Amino acid sequence: MTKPHTPRQPFPFSAIVGQEDMKSAMILTAIDPGIGGVLVFGDRGTGKSTSVRALAALLPPIEAVEGCPINAPRRDLSPDWAQGVTDRIITKPTPVVDLPLGVTEDRVVGALDIERALTRGEKAFEPGLLARANRGYLYIDEVNLLEDHIVDLLLDVAQSGENVVEREGLSIRHPARFVLVGSGNPEEGELRPQLLDRFGLSVEVTSPKDIETRVEVIRRRDAYENQYDKFMKTWRVMDAGLRNQILAAREALPKLKTPGVVLHDCAALCLALGSDGLRGELTLLRTARALAAFEGDTTVRRTHLRRVAPMALSHRLRRDPLDEAGSAARVGRTLAEVLP
Amino acid sequence: MSAIADPVVSSPAWERVRLVLMALAVDPAGLGGLWLRARSGPVRDAVTGAFGALPLPLRRLHPSLGDEALFGGLDLTATLAEGRQVRTLGLLAEPSALVLTMAERCPAGLAARLAQALDAPKHCLLALDEGAEAEEALPAALADRLAMFLSLEDIPLSEALPLALDHAQIIEARARFLRLRVPPKAARTLAGVAISLGIDSLRAPLLALRLARVVAALRGHQGVRAEDVTTAAELVFAHRATRWPQAGDTPPPPAQEPETQGDSDGDSRPDPGDIPEELVLEAVRAALPEALLDRLAIARAARATGGATGSGEARPGHSHGRPLAARPGRPSAGLRLDLIATLRAAAPWQGMRRKTALQDRLVHIRPSDLRIRRYQERNERVLIFAVDASGSAALARLAEAKGAVELLLARAYARRDHVALIAFRGAGAELILPPTRSLVQTKRRLAGLPGGGGTPLAAALQMAQETAIRARAKGLTPVLALLTDGRANIALDGTPGRARAEAEAEVAAKAWRRAGFPGVVIDTANRPQDGLRALSAILGAAYLPLPRATAERLSSALEAALAPMEAG
Repeated sequence: MTKPHTPRQPFPFSAIVGQEDMKSAMILTAIDPGIGGVLVFGDRGTGKSTSVRALAALLPPIEAVEGCPINAPRRDLSPDWAQGVTDRIITKPTPVVDLPLGVTEDRVVGALDIERALTRGEKAFEPGLLARANRGYLYIDEVNLLEDHIVDLLLDVAQSGENVVEREGLSIRHPARFVLVGSGNPEEGELRPQLLDRFGLSVEVTSPKDIETRVEVIRRRDAYENQYDKFMKTWRVMDAGLRNQILAAREALPKLKTPGVVLHDCAALCLALGSDGLRGELTLLRTARALAAFEGDTTVRRTHLRRVAPMALSHRLRRDPLDEAGSAARVGRTLAEVLP
Repeated sequence: MSAIADPVVSSPAWERVRLVLMALAVDPAGLGGLWLRARSGPVRDAVTGAFGALPLPLRRLHPSLGDEALFGGLDLTATLAEGRQVRTLGLLAEPSALVLTMAERCPAGLAARLAQALDAPKHCLLALDEGAEAEEALPAALADRLAMFLSLEDIPLSEALPLALDHAQIIEARARFLRLRVPPKAARTLAGVAISLGIDSLRAPLLALRLARVVAALRGHQGVRAEDVTTAAELVFAHRATRWPQAGDTPPPPAQEPETQGDSDGDSRPDPGDIPEELVLEAVRAALPEALLDRLAIARAARATGGATGSGEARPGHSHGRPLAARPGRPSAGLRLDLIATLRAAAPWQGMRRKTALQDRLVHIRPSDLRIRRYQERNERVLIFAVDASGSAALARLAEAKGAVELLLARAYARRDHVALIAFRGAGAELILPPTRSLVQTKRRLAGLPGGGGTPLAAALQMAQETAIRARAKGLTPVLALLTDGRANIALDGTPGRARAEAEAEVAAKAWRRAGFPGVVIDTANRPQDGLRALSAILGAAYLPLPRATAERLSSALEAALAPMEAG
């Protein structure tokens, strides 16, 4: 037997080399979960899953009722079917729940508690992953390989923020508000446009091409694996700094000024791109606000808008499957025209 | 064999096998595992026999393994007997060495699940790839995570001596490999070599670095030396190479070498830690017979697309898809019990059965209560485009044909169809794209399609049929779209001759019709060709002359061709 693995913290977020788009998208959703999730699409071995695991350690903790299956912030918000809920409020890490590929519908939405049904003849609800992800993150690796009926289910819940279980004689509804994070490799299959639209931001990652970056990736990973304590000591400080910055940005967010001209820019950009629906505009504005707050600005400006536009809009365009340049390039072109 | 008893010296190839197995035994989880390409036989058995040296329990997996077996599920018998929920442990529950047999048949879904499990790192995957063709190989998602690759195809049985692995050496190496000093340049060398070989994934240099430690520890070195890095690079990079480094293509020695300026990053270079990149590259190149590279490049291209089955992969009914209401039946292979429905069916009778029962049980279930799960599965189709790229389809016409395919592709995208692309020109037909859902790939391949040569129509039809049969085996509905402008003039054996070529094309067309696959013939010639109209009649396909074909007409012809299939 190899020596048992000591429980390790995931690779620290701030130690991830490069991939700035992906990192800032994740930070921005951490500042304002209302932005609604990140989709990371890209090559193998570019650190997609690493950064999601790292994000979990970076997120500020939440306050929740002890034992509550849906992490309710107050006792009266805890559902009546919940078992083992106490009156204490505890601080716990923001939940980051993994949705494995082979997951069954029962495990996602929750189902009849079979043990209690069999032993005591009681009809009780056993909450699923959606309950656990409430107020946190739901992470789907290889999201494009997920079974279609699970995708439908997630779409519905992500839209309504509520999980409704009407089956096996149960009738349960509970809040399920989570930030959806998906990652995948486009070579393995495409994602349905309906699901694409549910992600607030989308970023593409590629393997770094220059040797210095690659060497740095190897060095840091090697240090993480072989000099864990020393490595973590350095980077934990960096992570803590970033966490404080996120917290500060969250506080600054409500006080942020949004001039009318920025709203106008948002609308003009989305109109020019022909993105469907209003969700694009709203996300664009929210993301720009989060960025302004993160950088300590008091007002949202066009520069913020310009920087977040590709990640907020590129996946919402009416897709031309045969356009090789990709939607990000189209957003870039339109940006140059509309917001000079 | 036993007459010559003197201890035969092991061949270099076999020593390499031994080294790989020793390294795996030292650090199975950290190295991810081994991709072993070999047909089953005594040579492979000699290698798999040595898997026992791994410090993890061996578990066998096969490509059609379900999620319940992997992740565990409800143990029905025990649950009913004990009246409490009993779950079976999945194969992935405990750290183990997973032996994946017939790895070349591993579907993308399973590959993704295993890849996630490997990321943990506690498992080690030993993928036994028996691929006969270059296109059959381990899915890329897995290949990327396994450090090493071995091909036993060229090792004769006489070289396959019993592999006695030195356990003391393994244990000693395991105790110290993580503490070995690595020269600071090792990371740079490995990253540079990986780039020269066109290896994009960053996992490759990371795994190589880890392997270099293991190799150094096994060799009893006190620190990682240049030769250890070289060996590791050979073992990790050779099969990943996507391009052949030209002599002199070695990247310029890492730009302007900052450390010569005494950039003092704390390393006062205690040992001659200099590992020339060229030497490592040379070693990898030596480990890489050219034929192997070509073959692997093909395999990689095929995998990138062939494995791309998307989310709606075909599976036998009763196992996947949208759930339907359960119906009475007996669970058996492929039919799974719907526990809840079964309990519900049994519930009303409990009182009565309890009174008459001989034994006192918590729940009384009778065979008539059993309900099985049903799922609705949408039949997916694959459009097989056979595109004539012969000389007669002069460039302008070829461009129009490509345009027509693109129109159909856009439709295919809307319907989420799979697409396959066959080009025929010169002496034969070529499957340029196995069924895939990636339209970008299709478009790219189509754009790069060269023209010229004869019209080997029979070869194209045969290939289309093979593709269709394979697709049907996977549960897809194949539809042929044949785009050509003229008559066959190349026979199956590649020789010119109109009469024979036409006769053969006719035979192939009849075979297609017998198989009952639908299709449409799109005539791309300037003027409608009677010969093609006749051929489409033989094929049982709709005939559509392109000059009058608009997007709507093309797609409606295709829909019409499909209608009987969908009704059936």
